[in-house]
Parts: sequence; C-alpha cells; structure tokens
Amino acid sequence: MNFHKLIAAGLALAMVPALAACSGGNDAEAGTVITNVSYDPTRELYQAINPAFAADWKAKTGETVSFRMSHGGSGKQSRSVIDGLDADVVTLALAYDIDVIAERTKRLPAQWQAALPDNSSPYTSTIVFLVRKGNPKGIRDWADLLKPGIQVVTPNPKTSGGARWNFLAAWAYGKKAGGSDAAAEQYVRQLYAQVPVLDSGARGSTTTFAERGIGDVLIAWENEAFLAVNELGEGKFDIVVPSISVLAEPPVAVVTENAKKHGTEAVVQAYLEYLYTPEAQTAIARNYYRPRNPEVAAQFKDQFPELELVTIDSAFGGWTAAQKRFFDDGGVFDRISARK
Amino acid sequence: MNRNPVSESRFARAALITIALLFLALFILLPLFAVFSEALKEGFDDFAEAVSTPDALAAIRLTLIVAAISVPLNMVFGVAASWAITKFDFRGKGFLITLIDLPFSVSPVVSGLIFVLLFGANGYLGPWLAEHDVRIIFAVPGIVLATVFITFPFVARELIPLMMEQGKEDEEAAISLGASGWQTFWHVTLPNIRWALLYGVLLCNARAMGEFGAVSVVSGHIRGITNTMPLHVEILYNEYDFVGAFAVASLLAGLALVTLVIKTVLEWRFNLHHAGARH
Repeated sequence: MNFHKLIAAGLALAMVPALAACSGGNDAEAGTVITNVSYDPTRELYQAINPAFAADWKAKTGETVSFRMSHGGSGKQSRSVIDGLDADVVTLALAYDIDVIAERTKRLPAQWQAALPDNSSPYTSTIVFLVRKGNPKGIRDWADLLKPGIQVVTPNPKTSGGARWNFLAAWAYGKKAGGSDAAAEQYVRQLYAQVPVLDSGARGSTTTFAERGIGDVLIAWENEAFLAVNELGEGKFDIVVPSISVLAEPPVAVVTENAKKHGTEAVVQAYLEYLYTPEAQTAIARNYYRPRNPEVAAQFKDQFPELELVTIDSAFGGWTAAQKRFFDDGGVFDRISARK
Repeated sequence: MNRNPVSESRFARAALITIALLFLALFILLPLFAVFSEALKEGFDDFAEAVSTPDALAAIRLTLIVAAISVPLNMVFGVAASWAITKFDFRGKGFLITLIDLPFSVSPVVSGLIFVLLFGANGYLGPWLAEHDVRIIFAVPGIVLATVFITFPFVARELIPLMMEQGKEDEEAAISLGASGWQTFWHVTLPNIRWALLYGVLLCNARAMGEFGAVSVVSGHIRGITNTMPLHVEILYNEYDFVGAFAVASLLAGLALVTLVIKTVLEWRFNLHHAGARH
C-alpha cells in the first residue's frame, strides 16, 4: 500500500532538520557564554560593545567569551528573569525593574546599585520631542503640546518603562510652570487628553508616529529620537529639546547568584566595568546615549544640547515611591485617565 | 412555483462569484503580494542577505526543529485519541472531546503562561528543575511544549468527525476475519482516514511553524538561541529592518505555500492511483 510508504517517508523527512540541527550546533558560541538580558533600544549598542569587550578580554586573559542577547520591554524582561530566564547580567531601562528582581528572587543584593560607579548607570539619556520636518506646528516646549489640535504620541506608562519617563518629565515641567502638584496634575491630564493612541511600548509608539504617520509630536527617549531621524529616512523629522526634562539613568547589574552558578562572576564584573572605559563610552555616545566620561562627553557635546534635568531621586523620591504614587493601580495615572 | 434551489439566475451566480473572488483578492492575495514585494523591494541581494544572517538562520533552524518534533508527536497523539474516542465506548468521552478542544479555546498567551506557571523559577516544578539544572522554559523544550499544546487539536479534530461517521463496522469485520489489532489499524482504519489525517497534519504543521503568542511567552527572546521565525520577524520589524522582517515573513509564507502545493500534488497523485481501485 503506497500510503504506508508515504507516512514512513513523511516521518523520515521530518527527522532530517532535527538531525541536521543536532549535528549543526551553534558556531557563534565558544568559551564562556554571557547572557545579557536588556531592553529594546540597546541592540545596536551591545552589538558594538560586545565584540570590543571580547577582544579586550582575550588580550588580557586569553579566554574567549561570547554573548547571548535578549531584548524586550524592560518590565517584561524583568518579569522573565524573575520567572527563571538565566541572565548573568541585566541592563534595563530603569532601576525599579532591577529592584523587583532583587526583591522577588534574592539573586542579587538589595544594594546592587552601589556596586558600580554613577548609580550603576554607565550612561544617561533624557526625554525629548520628535516632530515632523520643519516643525510645522511650531512646537518648542512642553506648553506647546497643549495647543488645540496638537496630537501627542506616547506609550502607556502602565506597560512601558519609557512611557513612565515621559510622564515624569511632563510632570516635572507642569510642576515647575505651575508651582504645585495640583498644577502638574492638571498639566498631565490635559496632555494625555491629546494622545490618540497609547501603545504598549516605546518602539510601538515610534512606529505609530514615524511609519503610520499619526500625531504631530512624539515624546521619546533621546536615543530613540536620534535613531528615528537617522534610520527612518533623513529629512523627515526634527528633534526638539524642551526646556526641562528628566535625567534617565538606565542601570546595569550582575545577577550574582546566576553568575556564581555559571562560574562567570569575574568576566561579567569586568564586562560591566568595561562599559565605563573611554572606548565603550565612545560607542555609547555614537549610539546616541549620553556618556558619563567627561572627556568623551566633551567630544560629543554638540550632539547633546544642555537642558535642565531633574532626577527621579530628588524630584520624586526614587523609583519605588514614584511607581507607587503615579503608576500603580489607583495612582495618579489612573485618576487622570479615568476623567476624560 | 417549482424553483430549483440550485439553479439561481445567471445574474445572481455571477454576482456571487465576483464577490467571492474580489474578497479573496482583497484579503488574501493582496496582503500576500505585499509581503513578497516588500521583501524584494531593495532587490534580491538584500533579501538573500536578510535571510542568511546567523540570527535568521538560527530562527529558521529552530522553527524547523520545533515543527519536526511537534508535528509527528501530534500525529501519533491525534490518531490515538480519535481512535480511542470513536472506536470504543467509555464514560467521560464527552469530557475528553472537550479537553481536546481546550487549546483551541484558550488564548495562546494563556497557553504560554500555563508553562511559565508550571516550569518557571517560581512555578510548581521550577525549584526542582533549577536544582537539577534542567532548563525547560526560556529554552527549546519550553518552545516545543508550548507548540505541542497549541497544535494538539488539529489532527484529532479532523479525524474524530470522519471516524464517527465511518463507524466501526470495517474494523469489526476485519477482527472477525482474524486480523490483529495492529493489522486492523494499518490495513483498514488508516487507509480510511488518510485524507483527513494528511489535512490535519498539514494544518498542524502550518500552525506549529507560525505560532507566535504562546511561544513568545516562553521563549525569553535570546537571539540565535530561542527565537523562532515569527518572533524574529517581530524583532526585525521593531528594529526598523523592514526588508529583513518581510524577507523572513515571506519565507514563512513560502513554507505555507509549499505545504499547500504538497497537499494538492499528493491528492492528485492518489486520486490517479486509486481511481476505480476503491469505491
């Protein structure tokens, strides 16, 4: 019966890719493997830094290192590490997401942020505006976003790390302009009333603004804004730097227990320290993040205009407090979005 | 007043056919065309380069491995389940049929979370797995498990109605003539169900290669290790690499088209072979 042969042949055929895969292996992985769980926009950054560190480490110790990269929304990545994603290091968008890992899993110390210089943040960034070429709506500062008919694109602070920075930057402006928390709340309420789409992540919002052509202004990470200007066709967008914004400090940390288990403690510590070297800081600046190193910062000072920056610690009492007050259920964000 | 319901007026027939064809063109052919044209927008070299990066190759390999494991498994499970349900009488049959339908009715995200709950670091089996250094979730076994779960009903759902309709007379006749259980299955049941089985396997395969939601939850998105083709498409799209995203997407669509062609060719050959030989 032919049909039986067919089934046998089908099963045999199905085995071919499986066998090929078993024998194939992954050529890219050799020596010590470091798993770096990061957030969305850092792909290009670590593509530049990882090979440079591998070469540096090889020269110093003779050991070969290779990398496994995982990228996703910062909050989602944090959740995955809590659920068992085997990260040696985490490099996320905000300290709160690493605090949660420390608190829930105890796989890194609660004081992880003191382990490296500058609050364990090898670079900073801020929140700026991206507008259509030539700035047809004349947007110069936060006040202009409330003009009638202006559509503002920003992601949902409930799900997106970047969106929380955006919200707090807007709050900082509202508080400075109006002088009180009540005025700040009034400002953000009016602002979010002008948002046509709340995407779940920062990349989603950038796509909404740049690809789908929705909105007059995108509130975005400075590095995302640069990337959109340079990647999505030059001459389509302009960056507008507002008078005041927040100092974003995306932190990095060794997940100590995981590194211990893999026997990678020494190399991952060196990896994170490497981020502070002039070579890595230059790569950081080339990828549009603001470097910490003063010499490198001086070299790139034309790229990053000066503006008044508030920190989360001084203006909002740290991430845990800000999270609770603004973004947890029943917080300020729920209050302002309920009354539409 | 003796109108034959199958002989509509010529106008109505033409209108219906036009509407069906327009609908097909608009909702199926046009998007398919868009995928391929977008993939080849920058020329064939860019397309070839996009699908041959190490990450893309790893994603293609992983997708094929996952399909190669989950489709044969579900073929065996599906045949066994439908055989048990349609050829034997036992209590709780209705419940079993409902259970088989479960993966269809549960959202894929929930299906993925089920495995996080079972095998995650804080899940029921997580601590034991961590102690013995077994990786299920955020690794290939988790992706295979999620895919098997999602695609389980395809084969069984195709077979059960057919086998119910066929009844068990053929098998009873075979057994009364002295055939063993295995002979009965191989020479009587299997030939009766082959088309439904083939169809179920093809659907199962298409879904196994294309599943996004459940796999996304359990994958961990480690590039080159746990990204399947659909996940890789999303990543490329989010990185503004539109040519790359559509190139991999068109490859995925191509695999689906190949599956359809194989099905058509097989049907045609078998009809040719067995025309007249069977009732």
